[in-house]
Amino acid sequence: MASVVVLDYGSGNLRSAERAVARTGADVTVTADLAAAAAADGLVVPGVGAYAACMAGIEKLGAGPVIAQRVAAGRPVLGICVGMQILFDSGVEHGVQTEGLGLLPGVVSRLTARRIPHMGWNTVQAPDSSTLMAGLAAESRFYFVHSYAAGDLEALRAAGAQVTTAVHDEPFAAAVELGSLCAAQFHPEKSGDAGYALLCNWVAGL
Amino acid sequence: MTVAVRVIPCLDVDAGRVVKGVNFADLRDAGDPVELAAAYDAAGADELTFLDVTASSDDRGTTLDVVRRTAESVFIPLTVGGGVRSVSDVDVLLRAGADKVGVNTAAIARPELIGEIAEHFGNQVLVLSLDVRRSRTVPSAPTVPSAPTVPGGAGVPGGADGAGVSGGAGVSGGAGVPGGWEVTTHGGRRGTGLDAVAWARRVAELGAGEILLNSMDADGTKAGFDLALIEAVRAVVDIPVIASGGAGRVEHFVPAVAAGADAVLAASVFHFGELTIGEVKASLREAGNPIR
Repeated sequence: MASVVVLDYGSGNLRSAERAVARTGADVTVTADLAAAAAADGLVVPGVGAYAACMAGIEKLGAGPVIAQRVAAGRPVLGICVGMQILFDSGVEHGVQTEGLGLLPGVVSRLTARRIPHMGWNTVQAPDSSTLMAGLAAESRFYFVHSYAAGDLEALRAAGAQVTTAVHDEPFAAAVELGSLCAAQFHPEKSGDAGYALLCNWVAGL
Repeated sequence: MTVAVRVIPCLDVDAGRVVKGVNFADLRDAGDPVELAAAYDAAGADELTFLDVTASSDDRGTTLDVVRRTAESVFIPLTVGGGVRSVSDVDVLLRAGADKVGVNTAAIARPELIGEIAEHFGNQVLVLSLDVRRSRTVPSAPTVPSAPTVPGGAGVPGGADGAGVSGGAGVSGGAGVPGGWEVTTHGGRRGTGLDAVAWARRVAELGAGEILLNSMDADGTKAGFDLALIEAVRAVVDIPVIASGGAGRVEHFVPAVAAGADAVLAASVFHFGELTIGEVKASLREAGNPIR
């Protein structure tokens, strides 16, 4: 049975992520213990709220190097929502730029759509080669709730990432797969059967 | 590729039990919010809303247990409202497994609460509920009224007698405000003196992530949503608006969305099995709306 750690750095609805990953059959632990985070087969980095607050939580825990080392060693990491956003070079909220973990290229910035937050169930467009989205119907919908996103799709593709996109007036990165690093802007743990299928795909690769 | 219109059943929960009568086939215990939540999830609900109507603070722990057990068994978003007065109230609900928290009366008494919650948890967690009643001065025609607002009237217990006031507790209002609806508390019985449209704009500016717009006039009538109210609020905010109050027939939902609602919420029509989530979604889809 694959072991998964959901990183507890003071952000996010950890219970939901824990239950959703456990539903796939994985052995899940919610913990702030960095040794456990380094040792698990898979690491989930959740996150809700402000970019700066999440980065502050990551830094306070000293989790940045653990995440980076996992990625460098080809060991799976899954960032969710703001837990995805902090994997990028930086984020800009309310005019303040906060440095991220720099594991994905680009800046996370405010959506320009008329209706903000982007809240609710939206479809995505996945590349055929996507592992996370394998087997999911094209009309599958995932639950999004965010006002900021990574929009530099070309930079991601240039870095070799597989980019699943969504559109909320403008296209943005809904999910990214780059080597062992996976990330979703939506909440698979809140996305019903579609989210369950995605998490099963991720856990199957651990 | 646009976000789907959400269909949201709402459960009133008192001391851990569903209050309003529920007539749902194949439930072992129709009074158990957890079992009902799972049934709605299976029926295609896009989100769930629990309204905690527990009067006694002693019984609040029971509600938390219900939230906890629901979050463990349902994999769609859960909003919990009722009696939320502080950042720590929000924290407790989020830790129990709520994804969003509904705030109503406490934000009227102290609007700063909105910013405090948004700053701590992000605005996406904050659903600002407005219980709205038409003021007496407004015609009931389904158009955005242009009736002048009555300045300075105090919020009188008894709701509609408070009559279309604006400029209450910190709300910018007066001339130009498309008034005609008053924010109420205590199930619509008590007026606040707040113009509902001005208050909606204000809460959006203060950091609310979403507005739950509940028409107390339409609530329980099953005569349809207050479309003019939806239009008036839609015109002044960019955050999502959930329409509530008045749903009775399947054909009521499409006009609410056409009026500007991003989501539709109903209680008794779903609980009593008069309408299914699937029927509502089919009607929305037929009208060209994206649904899940």
